[in-house]
Amino acid sequence: MISISQVTKAYRGAPRAALDEISLEIDKGEFVFLVGASGSGKSSLMRMILREDLPTSGSIHVLGENLVGIPNRRVPHFRRKLGVVFQDFRLLPNKTAAQNVAFSLEVIGKSAGFITEAVPEVLRLVGLEDKANSLPSELSGGEQQRIALARAIVNKPAILLADEPTGNLDPATSEGIMALLDRINLAGTTIVMATHDRGIVDRGRKRVVELSQGKIIRDERSSGYGLER
Amino acid sequence: MRFSFVFSEMGIAIKRNLSMVISVILVTFISLTFVGTAGLLQQQISSMKTYWYDKAQVAVYLCTKTSPQDICPQGEASKDVQNTVKERLESTTLAPYIDKYYFENHQQAYKTFQKEFKDNAVAKYVTPAQLNETFWINLKDSNQAPIIIESFNGLSGIEEVKDQRTYLDQIFSMLNIASLAAISIAGLMLFSAVLLISTTIRLSAVMRRREIGIMRLVGASNFYIQLPFILEGVVAGVIGSLLAGGAIFAIVQFFVQGFLAESLPFTSFVGIPDALALLPGLVLVGAGLAAVAAASSIRRYLRV
Repeated sequence: MISISQVTKAYRGAPRAALDEISLEIDKGEFVFLVGASGSGKSSLMRMILREDLPTSGSIHVLGENLVGIPNRRVPHFRRKLGVVFQDFRLLPNKTAAQNVAFSLEVIGKSAGFITEAVPEVLRLVGLEDKANSLPSELSGGEQQRIALARAIVNKPAILLADEPTGNLDPATSEGIMALLDRINLAGTTIVMATHDRGIVDRGRKRVVELSQGKIIRDERSSGYGLER
Repeated sequence: MRFSFVFSEMGIAIKRNLSMVISVILVTFISLTFVGTAGLLQQQISSMKTYWYDKAQVAVYLCTKTSPQDICPQGEASKDVQNTVKERLESTTLAPYIDKYYFENHQQAYKTFQKEFKDNAVAKYVTPAQLNETFWINLKDSNQAPIIIESFNGLSGIEEVKDQRTYLDQIFSMLNIASLAAISIAGLMLFSAVLLISTTIRLSAVMRRREIGIMRLVGASNFYIQLPFILEGVVAGVIGSLLAGGAIFAIVQFFVQGFLAESLPFTSFVGIPDALALLPGLVLVGAGLAAVAAASSIRRYLRV
């Protein structure tokens, strides 16, 4: 599903590589926590998987696509098979919850019929069918992240990338988001989640990949956040 | 492809960026008005050329008593000179080129002169003897004037052989310079229009960077992302060129047909059909330039 081999990413002017010869295999249906201090390379890795950036060396295969060799014009089609959520939600402030979700389908050319069916369904899945017509400013942080999640999964992606999805949320709200991610994962979507949230990782008992200074220093099944470093 | 979506996105972009869009419209409008005016002026010049060149005659001026000594040492041209000229004009070498010719003696020349310079002080001082006796020659093809000039040059008793087109050429070269000036101004304006369009589009892209970010994230194709911006430029360009078309119609209708044609009744001027023929070209230039400028600037701003 995701196959990363000997990937190095060096940014110009940076004293050391952001990613240093990383190799990682993630299978279909897995739920993987990426942990590590700020600057350890989590975000760089996520950007590589999304093909927002290219590695300096090494190879990345995601969903059967060779991301190093893929031509630019095919990148959009590749990204349609992935969903992404961020710490800062990234909703459009002048569109309602439903319009935000619909927007992501409109811009990939889905039919109006498909959109009118899919949007309420996914809002129901994230438990916000009654907030469909609310603007993001009228929603709480947790609700906004649910809308962002709805937007990420409405096109039924095979992989969901979550970059600190609970970073701006209080623990109780975070639990709600995690429960939702678990449900999405159980439905068959592979999830890669970068996080700093010790409690969430410890309670999750899932695969944990820990990065430090651009290297993978731990890759364990059913693990926790790890020792205080 | 959902056009309704693309168009609504374009509408939002234009609304948010209204003042810039208006400035693009105005610059396109003014520059294309210059382009169109220059085009019409060129048409006018060429139609006047065919009209006046056909009317232009070659004049063979015979010597008078007052002609300069070095050209006419023997003074007033004799009857013999007249006959020589007449013979040559009717000879098999020249006759095929000549449509018709007529001779104007001192008295006739004086009459014409008095008529043409009726209100001019000079008319009082001129005597018939000072005015050249002249053979006026209409050619079948006015381009062949050099043949006539060539065959009379150097003949004694002739003061000058003059192709009237040389007078016309001065007027036309002035008109040409005017249309060139209009074209250069238009070129500069079009260049600034292109720069303005790219700035406008980039500004529009910056204002919509959230949307663009999300579009890229969810896998919208580049074409889909770029299209609203390109259309924004094209709509502004088309509105500008239509306004330019309107301005040109107004110029033709009110200035050329309403004023020039009335004050110079024997000249054919460009009309509404000419302006109509120009319109598609203007719209094409306006839309095309805007599309190219918008596409290149948005492409530089948006890399995958």
